[in-house]
Amino acid sequence: MNAIVIKNNQQIPFDSIPTLEYNKFLEYNTALLQNEDCHCVNYYGIAVQENVKLICCIANDKDATILLSSSLVGLETPLECFAQHHLAFEKFEREIHENFGIPFLNHPWLKPVRYPFNASNKNNTIANYPFFKIESEELHEVGVGPIHAGIIEPGHFRFLCNGEQILHLEIQLGYQHRGIETLFLQKKKLIERHTLAENISGDSVVGHTTAFANLWESLCNVETTEQAHFERTLALELERIAVHTGDLSGMCTDVAYQLGSAVYGRLRTPIINFFQLWCGNRIAKGLIRSGYSNFPFTNELGEKLKTVLEAFETDFEEISKATFAAPTVLGRLEKTGIITNQVGKNIGLVGMAARMTNINRDIRSSHPYHLYSTILHQPILKHHGDAYSRARIKYREIQQSITYIKTLLNAIPSHNTTKIEMPKPTPNAFILSMIEGWRGEICHCAITNAQGELVHYKIKDPSFHNWLAMALAVRNNEISDFPISNKSFNLSYAGHDL
Amino acid sequence: MLSLVLIIVASLFFMGIVIRTKSITSGRKGPGIFQPMKDVIRLWKKGAVFSRTTSFIFQIAPSIYFASIIMAILVIPFGQYRGIVSFDGDFVFFAYVLALGKFFSIIGALDTGSSFEGMGASREALYSMLAEPAFFILMGSFALYTGHTSFHEIFTSLHFGSYISYGLGVLATFVLIMIAMIENSRMPVDDPKTHLELTMVHEVMILDNSGFDLGLILYGTNLKFAMYGALIANFFTGTFSILISILIFLSVQILFAIMVGILESFSARFRMGNNAQFIFTLTSISILIFFGVLLIMGKFV
Repeated sequence: MNAIVIKNNQQIPFDSIPTLEYNKFLEYNTALLQNEDCHCVNYYGIAVQENVKLICCIANDKDATILLSSSLVGLETPLECFAQHHLAFEKFEREIHENFGIPFLNHPWLKPVRYPFNASNKNNTIANYPFFKIESEELHEVGVGPIHAGIIEPGHFRFLCNGEQILHLEIQLGYQHRGIETLFLQKKKLIERHTLAENISGDSVVGHTTAFANLWESLCNVETTEQAHFERTLALELERIAVHTGDLSGMCTDVAYQLGSAVYGRLRTPIINFFQLWCGNRIAKGLIRSGYSNFPFTNELGEKLKTVLEAFETDFEEISKATFAAPTVLGRLEKTGIITNQVGKNIGLVGMAARMTNINRDIRSSHPYHLYSTILHQPILKHHGDAYSRARIKYREIQQSITYIKTLLNAIPSHNTTKIEMPKPTPNAFILSMIEGWRGEICHCAITNAQGELVHYKIKDPSFHNWLAMALAVRNNEISDFPISNKSFNLSYAGHDL
Repeated sequence: MLSLVLIIVASLFFMGIVIRTKSITSGRKGPGIFQPMKDVIRLWKKGAVFSRTTSFIFQIAPSIYFASIIMAILVIPFGQYRGIVSFDGDFVFFAYVLALGKFFSIIGALDTGSSFEGMGASREALYSMLAEPAFFILMGSFALYTGHTSFHEIFTSLHFGSYISYGLGVLATFVLIMIAMIENSRMPVDDPKTHLELTMVHEVMILDNSGFDLGLILYGTNLKFAMYGALIANFFTGTFSILISILIFLSVQILFAIMVGILESFSARFRMGNNAQFIFTLTSISILIFFGVLLIMGKFV
């Protein structure tokens, strides 16, 4: 047996993950990705005495399973890399190399990822990142950042340009590294861990906290209540509406379409204000807790949400009609920042970015959790892979989320705020929890020791897959179109850097 | 003298009206119409900070830029009143004294050594260069039509008689408005509101300027707008009495500002690569005016 098959949110004994010899491991996992239904969810290493245990999680989207396999390798032994067979492993191997110093052979781009304090090679610093260089007299380099013009999050972009045309973009991240995965092990209280999950990426608070809460409940063998299922599904869809609307506003700002920028910007507010009403925080911090609910969703809140959405929908449809009919806007969005279907498959795109290039990848439909199994979600797909497709997906997904929420509101479950005492997590277990945030699949993995303490926690934000797509999308574009490509992907710096 | 005073008056509220229009069209209240001017005054009270990589060029560039705009304004007439400076061929002087100012603002930007500012400078130089033929063909056509070569004489002897000449007036107004938008780096060629260095044209060139210098550059933009507004107003003031002329002047300025605001509210900025093409269309419209003039003068067989 090469791999153990699990479902989303299912815990298994850690020892039950088959350990393969490395070459077998490589062959098996890269062969799996030849099947288009499979994609790499997570691939990471954990230190086991003097060795490293590599764990590879490949999701099969067709039969809602996740295939886990592992391999025990030494720190010094050079290994043939996965990335030469499938580019989707590129970032994961860079991370393993950075953490443990395993020398990968034939890796296309073995550069630092996020400069953790316990990196194997302490000489790799942000200051001496090995950028791709040019020798040409005609080309010029443009360095942007690490301070973003709109002061959002730090990241450095290095363009190689031929006049106005971008030939190559290299993205250097790692400025936001806070050591969150290590903090998950150091902070023993559940409330601290919830707070950590909420702070992985400020725009995916619901997403990451839900992933953590599901993981923890499953790890502690606590049945997720009907109420929690309902609230988390609702919060996820609300977060999707809020962020997508904000993104549309941002895209309009970047093409200097003032009307769209102002109206979409205004429309985001009532949605996040609803979160404020519900849980006292506009980005839903404090809302999701494993085992219980601090802020039960009452019928009054349901009525309020209905009116909020009704007002939202009318204005939203009107402004979308104007925006998507404005020739100057279309002129900027169409054919800007194209990712083809083939490139998307090669680099293992996830989430919205995958769907815009006609890859049917959506955890809500492929590995359903919470109420998505009853909603029977149908992912929205676009074909062109340009900024216009991304804008349209945001638009259509907002409509879809509104429909889902309306259906959900017809059956608000009864609520209680009784706090249950979470039992200790299962000892020696491995668990993987996936959810579809607004950006794409969020994956949390945890491993416990014999005492039931966390010994390893692994977080993967969808940005980790998708940053490469942004770098490839802007090639041969005008440099002045970069911001619009960037905004249309809207990837997380903090989520990548952890 | 009158034109200088009126242009300065118009420059005080011009940008305020643009911003107010944009605010209202996007459903906001917006700042008072003198807010941009208050910002400029605030900047004038500040000292400037200079980067150590820059030389004296960077320090003198804003002053020369501003001075060039003032000099250009001096040749602009008002109704029957000459500008402070008026001579044959002063529209050529007008265009090139502005170009001189632009030249200094471009080398000032290059002086900072920043990769953004170089990009912005190259874009600005390209767009000004492309807009130049449109302006000269336009003014040349009117010089041919009236037989004079100074602004004052062209405008005083310009009579709208036939339908064609009204058509010419409208086209000329359009071309001048678009040239004003390009020269002032406004939409649809440049987005003055953006925070993204990579998409800026003019804004990126002045990233390193601060305090008094920045105030000069910002006020320069207001003056330039009012100056083009005055040029447009001159098409219509013709032979009216002074009070009516002043009224026409002010209403043209206000209408122009509102138009700029509306234009910037409901369209997105063009793709950078299409800008050159767009600016060229202005030249072809100018050529249309030229043919119109030939038609009126019967030189077109």
